[in-house]
Amino acid sequence: MKIIITATGTNLESEVDPRFGRAQYFLLVDTETEEILPIDNDQNLQAASGAGIQSAEAIVKNEAEVLLTGHCGPKAFRALTSAGVKIVHGVEGSVKTAIDKFKKGEYQFASSADVASHW
Amino acid sequence: MRVAIASGKGGTGKTTVSANLAVAWSRLEEKVTYADCDVEEPNGHLFLKPSIEKTEQIGALVPEVNFDLCDGCGKCGEICNFSAIVVLAGKPLTFPELCHSCGGCSLVCEPKAIKEIPRNIGIVETGSAGDLNFVSGKLRIGEAMSPPLIREVKRAIPANEHAVIDAPPGTSCPVVEVVKDSDYVLLVTEPTPFGLNDLKLAVEMVRKLNLRYSVLLNRAGSGDDRVHDYCRKEDIDLIAEIPDDRKIAESYSRGELLVDALPQYELLFKRLVDSIKMRFKPIQEETIR
Repeated sequence: MKIIITATGTNLESEVDPRFGRAQYFLLVDTETEEILPIDNDQNLQAASGAGIQSAEAIVKNEAEVLLTGHCGPKAFRALTSAGVKIVHGVEGSVKTAIDKFKKGEYQFASSADVASHW
Repeated sequence: MRVAIASGKGGTGKTTVSANLAVAWSRLEEKVTYADCDVEEPNGHLFLKPSIEKTEQIGALVPEVNFDLCDGCGKCGEICNFSAIVVLAGKPLTFPELCHSCGGCSLVCEPKAIKEIPRNIGIVETGSAGDLNFVSGKLRIGEAMSPPLIREVKRAIPANEHAVIDAPPGTSCPVVEVVKDSDYVLLVTEPTPFGLNDLKLAVEMVRKLNLRYSVLLNRAGSGDDRVHDYCRKEDIDLIAEIPDDRKIAESYSRGELLVDALPQYELLFKRLVDSIKMRFKPIQEETIR
């Protein structure tokens, strides 16, 4: 299964980036092989607004089924769920830990955004 | 002639200057409109106490998608600069609160699946305060998009009248929307570090927009000489100074106009009208030539 984890770096030891829309990197992870493809999110880091929505577009474009991140706002949540992406928020620690926990089924998919909208 | 009253910093006295300038001007036997474009917190009415004759609901156009006609091509999402419409997994999703009403999405939509519908963003009130014509915009609470409403306030100014336009503070889109098509800009500031810092930003803005402008120093004498020094160094016209006068603060706190409460300031504001006209006249002649 292909999942995306927001991260501050590009490898398994990197920390999970708590921000979704303005995360440093999106790591596209194949949960079977643990192969990682880092996607630079520099464009959205600089965006004045709409970062969450554009980041959601990136997730959908890369055909990830699940997103692991720290926080997810209402617009990103709506965009992701409308495209069928499942979201886990409140994820922290290293990317490796997050993958392991996900594989063991320790995470619950979110039913709503966990932070308010901001501009 | 349209004079916009702007400032980088908030609380420097834009509304005081706007309201008093407008009234003083109307007392020179000319038809003048006061337009409150500070639509997030309009307060000119507190001093002018207008009678409102008309209230108009203002809608900004936002896209509505007919999913039966949509072929999921994604062109609407590509043209939108603000992610107000995105196509995810072949399905368009709209975020009306981000829409800047450019109409691009409906233009590029080949199957004509996008219709533009108005979304309420606030009201425009028109009326009068004595001889002064009064226009004011009020943004709906929770709304973030003020430029479309500001455009409607400006549209409500009679074409053949002079206008004093009260701008919001800052130097971002709403301010640019107010000042960009004005004939003259007054930048109101105060002699403090914050006043100067934000004045510099405002000067950068009006220079970039190629606008004629002057600086008006409020509460002169209360701080230091940094605004004077800056204006001298940058060769910026310091058109007038309003002194740091406790009587001004007292009449302000009672919601009175200075031109009514303190006669010496009626003179100051009438002179200010003349000063602006004197500076504007050569510009007019230049354009005619």
